[in-house]
Amino acid sequence: MERKGEPHPPGGPVLGIESSCDETAAAILAPDGRILAERVLSQIADHAAFGGVVPEIAARAHLAALDAMVKDALGEAGLGFADLAAIAGTAGPGLIGGLLVGTGYAKGAAIAAGKPYLALNHLEAHALTARLPGLAPVQPGFPYLLLLLSGGHSQCVAVEGVGRYRLLGSTLDDAVGEAFDKSAKLLGLPYPGGPALEALAREGDAAAVALPRPLLHREGCDFSFSGLKTAVVQLVAAEPPGPLARARAADIAASFQAAVTDILGDRLVHALALCPDASAVIIAGGVAANSAIRARLAEVAAKASKPLIAPPLRLCTDNAVMVAWAAQERLRAGQVSGLDAPCKPRWPLDQLTP
Amino acid sequence: MRLRLPDDDATQDLGRRLAAKAQPGDVLLLEGPLGAGKSTLARAFIRALLHAPRLTVPSPTFTLVQSYTAPSGVEIWHYDLWRLDGPAGLEELGWDEAQDGIVLVEWPDRLGDLTPPHALHLRLSHDGAGRLAELRGEARWLDGL
Repeated sequence: MERKGEPHPPGGPVLGIESSCDETAAAILAPDGRILAERVLSQIADHAAFGGVVPEIAARAHLAALDAMVKDALGEAGLGFADLAAIAGTAGPGLIGGLLVGTGYAKGAAIAAGKPYLALNHLEAHALTARLPGLAPVQPGFPYLLLLLSGGHSQCVAVEGVGRYRLLGSTLDDAVGEAFDKSAKLLGLPYPGGPALEALAREGDAAAVALPRPLLHREGCDFSFSGLKTAVVQLVAAEPPGPLARARAADIAASFQAAVTDILGDRLVHALALCPDASAVIIAGGVAANSAIRARLAEVAAKASKPLIAPPLRLCTDNAVMVAWAAQERLRAGQVSGLDAPCKPRWPLDQLTP
Repeated sequence: MRLRLPDDDATQDLGRRLAAKAQPGDVLLLEGPLGAGKSTLARAFIRALLHAPRLTVPSPTFTLVQSYTAPSGVEIWHYDLWRLDGPAGLEELGWDEAQDGIVLVEWPDRLGDLTPPHALHLRLSHDGAGRLAELRGEARWLDGL
């Protein structure tokens, strides 16, 4: 973030825009975190019709949706661009096309309305969501632990302050949500694979099939899911040709979910050891909605006497409320971005500064 | 050319040896089913070119493409087209720009007409506990492998 130390901008509502992957979203937040309007359009529903395949690259869909969505949100909030304190867009990490559309729109609106612009990191926005007033019984103080478990990211982060993130571990290969989606596809389940696999796992016996648990008990809290995916490939390949028997698929699903649950529980134990002062454990990302995983993480957190905070799904999957909230946090610190701030498809959290 | 890769290390070693031969303008098409080792090979290839053996090289499945800059200044573009159903939209993912650098493509069957004629085709398949690599391309790739 640039222009540090400039005069504190006047408080006011902020427009946030998120378009880094499959969701197009816009939200308007008051300085105290009240959500004045939020809109989200997921292309997942479109993708589902194609078995999870992107029929058209997201950028075009973002472009088609964004303007009407922003104006609709402004209408609900009863505001115009002139009433905003700033306009923020996700500048990375993510798909370059979507990032260019979202930040291009945000910059254009900021120039036209003469408002400050903020180029925000998508992961930082996830990391700060837990501080949104009203979300947790008590707003967690720094530091706290964030486990981000989604289709594109698997990270464990010590959130030590706004702009101060210590990456404790990340996936060495596939993201956990990707492992869910690909395993679900191998089991013949529809997209999105995570919820379908969880439902099927309820019918199965996790002990019926042995699957590996990569990096279990290994020092640190990196993740690895590629070997687990490959083990599922090999199990399915060993079955007779033709569609997998439902009972067998259910056993594999249950075993897969148990393996991921064990891995994540173990990684949280290690993360807590790396950040013993954590005031809370926050879980985010679509995989955090899996009830078996959530229960295990809650158990591990409780053993360490830490509250587990799981934002509602709409706030812990990709959304614009988190972008607008991170922008409010940055504005409070007196920070805005230059209009030349670039999009960064790769933008690790530990490259950020307070 | 066919190579037996008995384990993960052998897959990574092949990635490193191909990296030593790669030049700007090269395209490597990594074919094969889920779990065949495409990402493992790509990761070793990218780490070798960046002289960063522990670099995090995440799967590009969800972002579709990840790019890296080697110390030499050459851009390395790692595509994963698993979520696409065809070449439409590849230009939005920097495909034309990528051709000046070194390009790795997983699930290259989605490239259709955009498949570069000079590309190295590398097909990985399950072969017992190990993998089989089949390579098809210009002689300079295969010499001394």
